[in-house]
This record gives sequence, C-alpha cells and structure tokens, in this order.
Amino acid sequence: MNYVQKQKGPGYQGIPKRQQYWRALKTAFPYTIPIFAGFWFLGLTYGIYMNVSGFSFLYPMLMSLTIFAGSVEFVAVNMLLGAFNPLQALTMTLMINARHLFYGISMLDKFKGTGLKKIYLIFGMCDESFSINYTADIPEDVDRGLFMFFVTLLNHFYWFSGATLGGIFGSFIQFNTEGLSFVMTAMFVVIFMEQWLKDKKHTSALLGLGLSLICLLVFGADNFIIPAMIAILGVLTLLRAPLEKGEENG
Amino acid sequence: MTLTQQIITIGMVVLGTMLTRFLPFLVFPAGKPTPKYIQYLGKVLPAAVFGLLVIYCLKDVSLISGSHGIPELISIAVVVVLHCWKRQMLLSIAGGTICYMLLVQFVF
Repeated sequence: MNYVQKQKGPGYQGIPKRQQYWRALKTAFPYTIPIFAGFWFLGLTYGIYMNVSGFSFLYPMLMSLTIFAGSVEFVAVNMLLGAFNPLQALTMTLMINARHLFYGISMLDKFKGTGLKKIYLIFGMCDESFSINYTADIPEDVDRGLFMFFVTLLNHFYWFSGATLGGIFGSFIQFNTEGLSFVMTAMFVVIFMEQWLKDKKHTSALLGLGLSLICLLVFGADNFIIPAMIAILGVLTLLRAPLEKGEENG
Repeated sequence: MTLTQQIITIGMVVLGTMLTRFLPFLVFPAGKPTPKYIQYLGKVLPAAVFGLLVIYCLKDVSLISGSHGIPELISIAVVVVLHCWKRQMLLSIAGGTICYMLLVQFVF
C-alpha cells in the first residue's frame, strides 16, 4: 500500500491513511459539540415549522441537505407558501447570505492544497463551519484539510438529521428547550474572544461589533447586514495603511 | 405552487447560497496570486465578521420591551468570565447556555 500523500505536513507524514482520518475526526468532533446542540435545536424547529406549514418531511430533508444555510431555509418556507417568484427567491437569498463572501475571502489561503475536498468545504461553509475552521488550533500531526472536512461534514449531518427528524415527528415533540438557541450566541462570543486573544490589534474586532450595532439600531433587525458589511468594508479599506503599518511594526 | 415551481424556487435558493460561497474562490483562483488588497481583507475581516455574528445572534433582542435584554447580557458576561478564567470552549458555551435557559425559564 502506498501511504504517501500529495500534501505533506510535518506531523502526519507517513501515518497510515485510515489512522489520519480517525485522528482528524477525533480532533474535529469536540469543536462541533456546541453546534450539535444548536443545530439539532434549530434543525428540529425548522423541520417542525415545515411540518406544521403542511410540507412532507422530504422537504426539510432535501432542503437541509442542499441549501445548508439556516436562516435562509426558514425564509424559504415563506417563499414556498407565497406566489411563484424565482427572481425574488434568488435576490433574497443573495441578500441574506452576502456575509459568506467575507468568509470566502478569509478562507482563500486556508483552503489551498485541500484537493477535491475544497469543493465540499466551500459548499458547506456556513457561519459555524467557517468560524471553527478559521479559528481552531489544529495540531501538527493532524491533516488540516481532513480536519476542516470533518467539521463541515459533522455540522452538515447535525443540521440534516435535526431538520429531517423535526419534519417526521413534527408537533409530537414537546420538551422545554426554551433558551437553548442561546448556544449559538455563546459559541460566537467564545469565537470572538479567541480571535481577540490571538490578535495584536483589536481595531477590526471593535469595528465589527460597533458598526454592526449602529447599523442594527439604524436599519432594524431585518435589513442591517448589508449596510453593516458595507460599513465594515469601507472603514477597513480607509484604515488599510495604518493597520498594515501596525502589523509590520508589531 | 406546483411541484416544478417549488423545485425551481428551492433551486434558486441553492444557487444564491452557492454563489455567495463560491464567488471569492472563482474570482481569486488558487493558481494566481491574490491581489494585496484582498489578502489584507482576508487578514482583517474575520475579527470584524465575528463581531458582526455576535450582533447578528442578538438582533431580535428588544431593549425596551420584554426582559430588556437582561438575560442575554448576564449570560454573555458568564461566557466571558468563564472563558477568561478557564479558556475551555465547551465549558464557557455550556455555562452561558445553561445560565440563559435557567434565566428565561425561571426568572424572567
């Protein structure tokens, strides 16, 4: 058997491929536990919502598999219930998911050299997959590409299974989960802090918080993301010279 | 809506989502050098994006009605303190979430 891989890392070189998979999965899993809780909760809610809106469980099942972007899937339920308007469906999706453009720009380097897995990594780059894959400290002896692949795959599976179960069991499910969705907020606060502790300068982090908050107050909950993105992009562009200078000196 | 119309609608949502995810990789392919400006954005954007995501999670919290965002504020403080103290991701997240669930179910 030939264990030699195309992309060699210092640590996992020469380790049998099967063991590499197992190691990457074992490293990735703990990072996804909060997402398991959050996605099962949200996925179940989404499946139940589709169920009570009169759709067969096949809808949440296939939609969670092919779309894999939480917020837009909830909106898609309303699209399906309304009048047929494919162009509006497309533009609304682009608006809601525009933030993914920023994820892509940030991951251009990190996804390099991941081979065919790259296509799936980009396909499955939801808020949570991006946040984990961007911030996680992946040990030297674990294949980075495989780690990110498993994070994405596990997240996809949680979302898919939650949505499908919600669609099947629908309104039978009753347990007091009020407040469980806060797990996502808590996770993003932790990820924000991890990034904060890694950065020397906090200008960008503070801009992200501040400008988003201002835009939320000005434009309201449903319309603030695009203005916030434009504001962040604009101010970061204006601050390019001082921020890059600081990096060289730091 | 007919089944075909439903499939087209879902197809549009898939297309829109995939466009936002694949576009940067199509415009700046791995084989070509990425422009300096985009490299700069790739470095500074994530910190801002995580800030945006925190605000995004809190977007439906109302300060003037209901519980005035107090359970959210307390629970985020718990997450921050736990994380500064132990720096264990799962512990901080679980602690904050349990605190929030207790607050909204029993206190507010």
